[in-house]
Amino acid sequence: MSQKIDLDQRRFRKIIRGKIKDNLRKYISNGDMIARKGKDTISIPLPSVDIPRFKHGGKQQGGVGQGEGEVGDSLGKDGEEQPGGPGEAGDRPGEHLVEVDVSLDELAEILGEELALPRIEPKGSEKIVSHKDRYSGIRTTGPESLKHFRRTYKEALKRQISTGTYNKKNPIIIPIKDDKRFRSWKSIPLPQSSAVIIYMMDVSGSMGDEQKEIVRIESFWLDTWLSSQYKGIESRYIIHDAMAREVDRDTFFSTRESGGTMISSAYKLCSKIMEEEYPSDEYNIYPFHFSDGDNWSVDDTTSCVEILNAQILPNSNQFSYGQVESPYGSGQFIKDLRENFSETENLVTSEIKGKDAIMDSIKEFLGQGK
Amino acid sequence: MSALHKPLPVHLQDMQQEIEQHACDFGLDFFPILYEVLDYKTMNEVAAYGGFPTRYPHWRFGMDYEKLSKSYEYGMSKIYEMVINTNPSYAYLLEGNSLVDQKLVMAHVCGHVDFFKNNYYFSKTNRKMIDGMANHASTVRRHMRAQGQSVVEDFIDVCLSIENLIDPMSLFIARSPKPSTSKPKEAAETPRIEAKGYMEEYINPPEFMEAQRQKIEQEEELKKKYPEEPQRDVLQFLLEAAPLADWERDCLEVIRNEAYYYAPQAMTKIMNEGWATYWHSKILTTKALKGSEVVDYADACAGVLATAPGQLNPYKLGVELLRNIEMRWDKGQFGKEWDECDSMAVKASWDRRLGLGRAKIFEVRKLYNDITFIDEFFTLDFCIEQKFYSFGYNERASSWEIMSRDFEKVKKQLLDALTNRGQPVIRVVDANHGNTGELLLKHDHEGVDLDMGHAKDTLENLHKVWKRPVRLLTLVEEKRKMLRHGEDGYSEAAADTSD
Repeated sequence: MSQKIDLDQRRFRKIIRGKIKDNLRKYISNGDMIARKGKDTISIPLPSVDIPRFKHGGKQQGGVGQGEGEVGDSLGKDGEEQPGGPGEAGDRPGEHLVEVDVSLDELAEILGEELALPRIEPKGSEKIVSHKDRYSGIRTTGPESLKHFRRTYKEALKRQISTGTYNKKNPIIIPIKDDKRFRSWKSIPLPQSSAVIIYMMDVSGSMGDEQKEIVRIESFWLDTWLSSQYKGIESRYIIHDAMAREVDRDTFFSTRESGGTMISSAYKLCSKIMEEEYPSDEYNIYPFHFSDGDNWSVDDTTSCVEILNAQILPNSNQFSYGQVESPYGSGQFIKDLRENFSETENLVTSEIKGKDAIMDSIKEFLGQGK
Repeated sequence: MSALHKPLPVHLQDMQQEIEQHACDFGLDFFPILYEVLDYKTMNEVAAYGGFPTRYPHWRFGMDYEKLSKSYEYGMSKIYEMVINTNPSYAYLLEGNSLVDQKLVMAHVCGHVDFFKNNYYFSKTNRKMIDGMANHASTVRRHMRAQGQSVVEDFIDVCLSIENLIDPMSLFIARSPKPSTSKPKEAAETPRIEAKGYMEEYINPPEFMEAQRQKIEQEEELKKKYPEEPQRDVLQFLLEAAPLADWERDCLEVIRNEAYYYAPQAMTKIMNEGWATYWHSKILTTKALKGSEVVDYADACAGVLATAPGQLNPYKLGVELLRNIEMRWDKGQFGKEWDECDSMAVKASWDRRLGLGRAKIFEVRKLYNDITFIDEFFTLDFCIEQKFYSFGYNERASSWEIMSRDFEKVKKQLLDALTNRGQPVIRVVDANHGNTGELLLKHDHEGVDLDMGHAKDTLENLHKVWKRPVRLLTLVEEKRKMLRHGEDGYSEAAADTSD
């Protein structure tokens, strides 16, 4: 029996992987996969693996439920499915989207395959510390596969003794549900990472929500890929308009300043961080800068070029600049960079015209194996 | 299915005997039940196969298996029971379940098998479906060997796309076609223009009358349609009239056959689950549970009967309604007098001590399906007591909300959802639409539009079967629309009433 379903399952997975690969582009554009759930798996909504049929349109229908609540009370957002209750098999599967749990590593692998990304050759001394999970903890809920027998029985024994049902002459211990104990893990934190990504984003008035979304999505994938190449990676976030400052991840994605744009401020801060905290012989550094290309002045641009030449480029594995299109930006900066650094191997530029171009842009950034 | 892999351990055999004895004592009447204990992996496999040991090869079973496995592994849900509608009936127990769990399952299973055996809507199902499924599997495999796996799999995908286009009620209600139009139209008279007797020959001269008669006959010929009556069993129609290769016909038949086999289960889900829950509860609480087991039992039940907001739990609805019926028939809370009574106080204390409850629910399980069950027994009192509400989607708030606790609305919503197993009603209307061999289907719009994306893809699949263009007449946002899939792809057009 197991043979047959394995075949069906493999067939399903093949189709899914075909779909994952094919529609990787589609998913990047939609940016659906950023949330992290659990330890390090994320759920990816996949395109319909369900077979089309004549059916009623969803939103019009509603339904009937039971329980407390007033008219007008909200029942929750879009169809949160409650798993539960014994399944009566034999009915047709019908969900529109199937979520298949793929670990980040698998995801990075798929990305790598899809984009034919070369593996990165880290420079300098590798201080790779692996990251082990020790199943040294205990908790009261969990899946059967993690049941901790001794503790469970110990609990049962404790209960029996305290309620007086324990019979020394006939010591039979039967645990009940509340006695069950399960193993749980503790993650040992990394003492040292060997790579750091420094994200810089232009948050001047010309960077709209759509542009920020593109940056967000792209940075997620960059993060995923680089994390898979290095066991342990740090990320730093710098936002700038006319001035630069370092922020945390959430702020990075949600800020809207509205000043003018002086890119050199960001580069200065970046190189400061690099100098102070990440000696280049120990770290593989990846600065990424995203902007709409509208710098304040030619002088400022010259300044940027200087900083890049003197401080950033010699110490980074690769400096990457992504220019998003915006109706307000002149897009001049990318031209300047390209002019000045056409011979430089470890500076990569890429134009990101829209959500659909994200994949291509990633390929440009990561395609060199630096 | 060949001999069971492992005989049931003795303590489970004893348990089965005990539970089944109680069940019989209560009047349950079921086919012989054969249990097998499975580990959770095998259980998930069997579940993915719909309870059968083998099915035709297809990725959808892999998909179901994937879902079930993940669900179990992350502690989200567990399959308690699985039993199939066959004689003898095969049922499965999950290894590692507690004894109380197993008792619960066995009692629950007795309820299900009694339902399969006695409910009217199951009376035409193939009780030897174990062989049926095995035959289907070997047929499909044979064709896959000859035609190629992908080719056959793709065609099966197409068939699955239209598998809901069947007519389960046709097994029970004779759908008699109108008398054939090829019979001479003696009754129809050639219309005449009113004329006084002496003017007759001038107003309605014989030659004119003859010409008129001929014209009418010609028109009748042209009008003769195939199918003569709109037909809901579209699959049957396609099997008869579509230009299918032999292997395609075999595959479509397999799908149609299985769809009909499962249709009664879809039509009676609420009742069936309610019935099984009622009995596992009755048997365990009154006979089979030891004191120490009660808490575990309650725990297990709570999970099964929990209601999540925005969801209808068929187990709970079914069992509560059955209990309500039993109570009412015990107390005589039915009939003309009861219906006409409008005093809450009188109703609350009404108790004629008729004791007809048990017999009544046995009768109900025999004769009703979910729709008739709800229609007749879902009363205002029940609705209020069980705190039912209807909910809908609020576009502005982007969330689902409680819309109404109004009884009529709630009941209507429930019935609407159950009608035709929740599927839209689609009929084949004309196999030669516009005299070009195009297939015309019509959607009986009952207030809910079709999902257009799906409709488009399904029409494409129908095209693959019919091999000539196919059309669907429907309403979209209250306007008549003709959807069409032809050689040149998909198109939509406004339709007027002459189509």
